[in-house]
Amino acid sequence: MSAVHELAPRAGGFAHQRIAAAVMIAFFALAPLVAYPVFLMKVMCFALFACAFNLLIGYGGLLSFGHAMFLGTAGYASAHAAKVWGFPPEFAILFGTACSALLGLVTGLLAIRRQGIYFAMITLALAQMVYFFYLQAPFTGGEDGIQAVPRGKLFGLLDLDSVWAMYALVFAVFVGGFLLIHRAVHSPFGQVLKAIRENEARALSLGYDVNRYKLLAYVLSATLAGLAGATKVLVFELASLTDAHWTMSGEVVLMVLLGGLGTVFGPVVGALIIISMENYLAQIGSWVTVVQGVIFVICVLTFRRGVIGELGRLIGKPL
Amino acid sequence: MAEDIILETRGLRKEFKGFVAVGDVSLKVRRGRIHALIGPNGAGKTTCFNLLTHFLSPTRGQIFYNGRQITGSSPAAIARLGLVRSFQISAVFPHLTVLENVRIALQRKRGRSFDFWRTDRSLRHLNSRARELLDAVGLSAFEESIAVELPYGRKRALEIATTLALDPEMMLLDEPTAGMAHADVERIAALIRRVAANRTVLMVEHNLGVVENLSDQITVLSRGEIIAEGDYRSVSAHPEVIKAYLGSEHA
Repeated sequence: MSAVHELAPRAGGFAHQRIAAAVMIAFFALAPLVAYPVFLMKVMCFALFACAFNLLIGYGGLLSFGHAMFLGTAGYASAHAAKVWGFPPEFAILFGTACSALLGLVTGLLAIRRQGIYFAMITLALAQMVYFFYLQAPFTGGEDGIQAVPRGKLFGLLDLDSVWAMYALVFAVFVGGFLLIHRAVHSPFGQVLKAIRENEARALSLGYDVNRYKLLAYVLSATLAGLAGATKVLVFELASLTDAHWTMSGEVVLMVLLGGLGTVFGPVVGALIIISMENYLAQIGSWVTVVQGVIFVICVLTFRRGVIGELGRLIGKPL
Repeated sequence: MAEDIILETRGLRKEFKGFVAVGDVSLKVRRGRIHALIGPNGAGKTTCFNLLTHFLSPTRGQIFYNGRQITGSSPAAIARLGLVRSFQISAVFPHLTVLENVRIALQRKRGRSFDFWRTDRSLRHLNSRARELLDAVGLSAFEESIAVELPYGRKRALEIATTLALDPEMMLLDEPTAGMAHADVERIAALIRRVAANRTVLMVEHNLGVVENLSDQITVLSRGEIIAEGDYRSVSAHPEVIKAYLGSEHA
């Protein structure tokens, strides 16, 4: 946790963050010219997922070990809405996101009562329950998942079967979600959230109902994780159990730690690294997991602040 | 009986698995006074303190604030009523700036800060009041510092500024001078006297010099029970108090 604290932003001067944000946005706008668009869309979906997770742990100090349930739930809900109910893509995404928000509210009310490792364990247990529900429920297709999810036409106009239209949608969702998280962190709410992370008893003694603030952070995080999951389903035209599995919850922890916990850009970089490894090292098969494990160990042992965290320290400014 | 009682406990009791930490304490704090709660180690002062601020719930007994029963309210609700506490270990938000520390308290008066869509620039109008408060505790030069980097005495001063930001009707200070260098003790004592001008202060304090200097009324606890009450002179001459502090052979 010390990595988070040392990067708590100081007052004033966020110009370098604006520049970094512009670089990131330009990267995702131009990268499809040279890289495989579906790969980049996957990166953006996971980057949003990781940013949502980081909002909760990096700024709220809450380690959820069940975030896959939000990714998976939104995925199944939007896939079902698009395929069975014939929802247009914008409503399918909204529906999936809303389902995750609701799940966030219900699980949050239970989990938020506990702190630290107990919070993590409760979120894990709840996520496992959700996973087994999806494994058994008929509408999810069990091991097969929901396949051939139609992308449809966005707002009845833009045919998402065109890879560029799809890319534009994912790009807009990612940038919008990223900016929303950034705003939430630098809002009156974000101030209270950071105060609670810093000293919960003191925040309580100043008259803040800390559990309500934590709950809001949790639901926001769940909602944005859901947005990422719903969008991802349209990209791959597939909703599967992988997204709801506990290893997915672990993967997002890895992404955020590797990129830099409590940093603005860390989760994006972490997602880029992890997804790149899975894509470009695919030929070595299950060894990818071993490589990831080794990288994780190296990260924890030598650069605990993560890539962006260390970079921010090097230039003396939080990134 | 024209006493104006701001805080009163009736038969307040706290047991931890059979051990009685606080036993049937009935305490009255008069408005506008500096009231000190003293006693040897393990007398139940801090437990008592935590009961008053509802960080612990009593096994038995009632607490009244301004004549209203507040037993069972949440700690946050107590704070919103105007009964604000400090902590024995310095309670700042370590990795926020000094200015932000105070501003968090000022921000409370906006009501609920659930507006995650609004920029924190909307909090800037609180900065001038925050600076005034920092000035009052001699921290003007440190507003951009990260709180954790402040020396101990200044952290306590920051904590008091943060508490004052809520403009509490009553302040509960848990050992405000604990672990402080001599010069800091005097500064904090002067500060407490100044801020107590128009509010009530209840403090737990070990430094008897500070207690003598500041308090109007003293309650002495020993083994969870009140053994003496009064001003410093009468309390310090009380045989039970001497016995509790020095052991029975001096009684």
